[in-house]
Amino acid sequence: MPEIQSASGDAQLADESFRTIGKTYVDQPRMTASQVNVYYGDKQAICDVSLGIARNEVIAMIGPSGCGKSTFLRCLNRMNDTIAGCRVSGTIRLDQQDIYDKRLDVVPLRARVGMVFQKPNPFPKSIYDNVAYGPRIHGLARKGVELDEVVETSLRRAGLWTEVKDRLAAPGTGLSGGQQQRLCIARTIAVSPEVILMDEPCSALDPIATARIEELLVELRKNYTIAVVTHSMQQAARISQRTAYFHLGHLIEVGETTRIFTNPQHKLTEDYITGRFG
Amino acid sequence: MSVAVLLVILLGLSAFYLGHARAVRTVGGAHSIRRLHSLPAYYGWYLALWVILPAGAVLLLWGLFQETALTAWITASLPAQQQALPAAELGLLINDIRNLAAGNITAGQVTPEIQAAAAQLQQWQQTATLARIAVILALTSLIGSLAWRAIQPEMRARNRVEWIVQALLILSSSIAVLTTVGIVLSVLFESIRFFHKIPITDFLFGLDWSPQTALRSDQVGASGAFGAIPLLAGTLLISGVAMLVAVPIGLMSAIYLSEYAHPRLRQVAKPVLEVLAGVPTVVYGFFAALTLAPLLRGLGESLGLEVASESALAAGLVMGVMIIPFISSLSDDVISAVPQALRDASFGLGATRSETIRQVVLPAALPGIMGGVLLAVSRAIGETMIVVMAAGLSAKLTANPLEAVTTVTVQIVTLLVGDQEFDSAKTLAAFALGLLLFVITLALNIVALKIVRRYREHYE
Repeated sequence: MPEIQSASGDAQLADESFRTIGKTYVDQPRMTASQVNVYYGDKQAICDVSLGIARNEVIAMIGPSGCGKSTFLRCLNRMNDTIAGCRVSGTIRLDQQDIYDKRLDVVPLRARVGMVFQKPNPFPKSIYDNVAYGPRIHGLARKGVELDEVVETSLRRAGLWTEVKDRLAAPGTGLSGGQQQRLCIARTIAVSPEVILMDEPCSALDPIATARIEELLVELRKNYTIAVVTHSMQQAARISQRTAYFHLGHLIEVGETTRIFTNPQHKLTEDYITGRFG
Repeated sequence: MSVAVLLVILLGLSAFYLGHARAVRTVGGAHSIRRLHSLPAYYGWYLALWVILPAGAVLLLWGLFQETALTAWITASLPAQQQALPAAELGLLINDIRNLAAGNITAGQVTPEIQAAAAQLQQWQQTATLARIAVILALTSLIGSLAWRAIQPEMRARNRVEWIVQALLILSSSIAVLTTVGIVLSVLFESIRFFHKIPITDFLFGLDWSPQTALRSDQVGASGAFGAIPLLAGTLLISGVAMLVAVPIGLMSAIYLSEYAHPRLRQVAKPVLEVLAGVPTVVYGFFAALTLAPLLRGLGESLGLEVASESALAAGLVMGVMIIPFISSLSDDVISAVPQALRDASFGLGATRSETIRQVVLPAALPGIMGGVLLAVSRAIGETMIVVMAAGLSAKLTANPLEAVTTVTVQIVTLLVGDQEFDSAKTLAAFALGLLLFVITLALNIVALKIVRRYREHYE
């Protein structure tokens, strides 16, 4: 479930103080969101958020529950389209192309901007079929050796190959939670996306599995652009280059991760990272 | 309402008040009822239940056995010459005696012996009524006084009443189970009688069905043949046609309703589909027989095909329509039970809605859908009214749906409708067919329920 919250009550008083601090746009953007507003029915979940995501960076989105960070993430590959009553305004560009353009087909977009969910959700199919699912529907590889290669590469990149290479025919749902999440990452990688969106990918995992995923993210950054929503500030500090702090649907502050955590400019950011609320 | 029933009710009421009053009295008045373990009403209920239940049991058993016992005694009291009569005539005689005793008109002549026997019966009946009241009074005063004595402040009346209530609940639920067992046993025993006359292998594997038994040994064309295969084949043919209609349409409408339809449309469409399930099958039956069958016949003629006026096709098509809501409703439930996370995962990989449904949702829901289809099959096999009206009676062994076939259920109906000797192979065959039908549908249901249950565990 995306976080739904009301911003109506605080909108007036916050007008000035909710203006984003920090450099929102980047020089070499992979994705750029400009003045994005999201509504669920009458409720506004995202207010006027602008944010650039640079190539080969890991950007962390943090903030208290209901701040809109997951909603924003889901806008980036139009997953919000599946939710009834959700409206998005503003523009979001992927490599200069407006992804909310009416002429754009959402299906190839989602292949270019992949998504990993909070709870591991492998299909009730074999490990092999889980990874091969995307390449098959997009016709990325021919059956046989070529597909086998894609599956192996994806599993290797997700750091799961050595653990599952002898049981590719076993059901994906039979793996442990951490393995399932890495399987989901492998599944996403298999369609060669440009951007990977991760919605609290470690919140359902134990610390050891979390550490594996974090190592993996650092590794994946070489090839992909990654946006991670996380509840853990330590995690954001460990894995990301830039951090964006959301509060009640507003993007409060964005900047270099080290700067945000050592020298936050906004009062709300400071309160949040020092643990005064959230 | 007889005196005895009234008596039991009165006894129960007074027991309630007595129990209530005694409970209050044991603690010395209404102001100190907190010293009682339970509220006073529970003590009242406790006593009332202990009075009503045994008395009710006596009433019930007495009612069941009084007539049988009196008939046996009155028969024994008749002169030896009349006791030696054949069973049927003796039965008539006893009936006359009963009628005479009750003041009704008799069928035969009233002889002095019968008159005497009737007077005797009347007297016995009066004695029995009195005896019943006496037994009830004795039993209730015995058990009631024991229960009365048991009422003490520390007695856990609440728990005991609840225990009795629980026992009543168990009794009620076991009635349903026992009824089923009773039906199965009666069908089973009659079937065994049938299999004494006709070997079970002839019944199960015989290819010929013409259930006529000769009244005279020299009768022509009355050699009974009891092979169930043509009936089973007809049943399967019609069910097969029905499933060919119902499974694709039901499944597709379920997919539309659960995956594509706007929630508001779904709210309207689902109840409407379920109305289809509420149409009485007899209405479907005459629709099949009077509308569809002539239509198919005309259509067949225009294409140069020979279509029987009571074809398996007509019956099967209409039965299929009847089953659509069944399949669509069950499939809709299992499809909706597939977690949204799986759909999200598929959409997130760039799959279209239809790819997601075909490759993720349906495979995940397949076991549940299979279970639903099997339940629908067992319904189709047991369906009676449509096939009685639309499928015909000739037991032909054919795979051509344009011909008339007959089914197990149709034959059961025709075997038992009208005046029948109850011990002929012809009538008993109906029980054997019933048993066969029961075994098949039971097996299908067990398999289906197993599949559905396993599917449920999968996601919970």
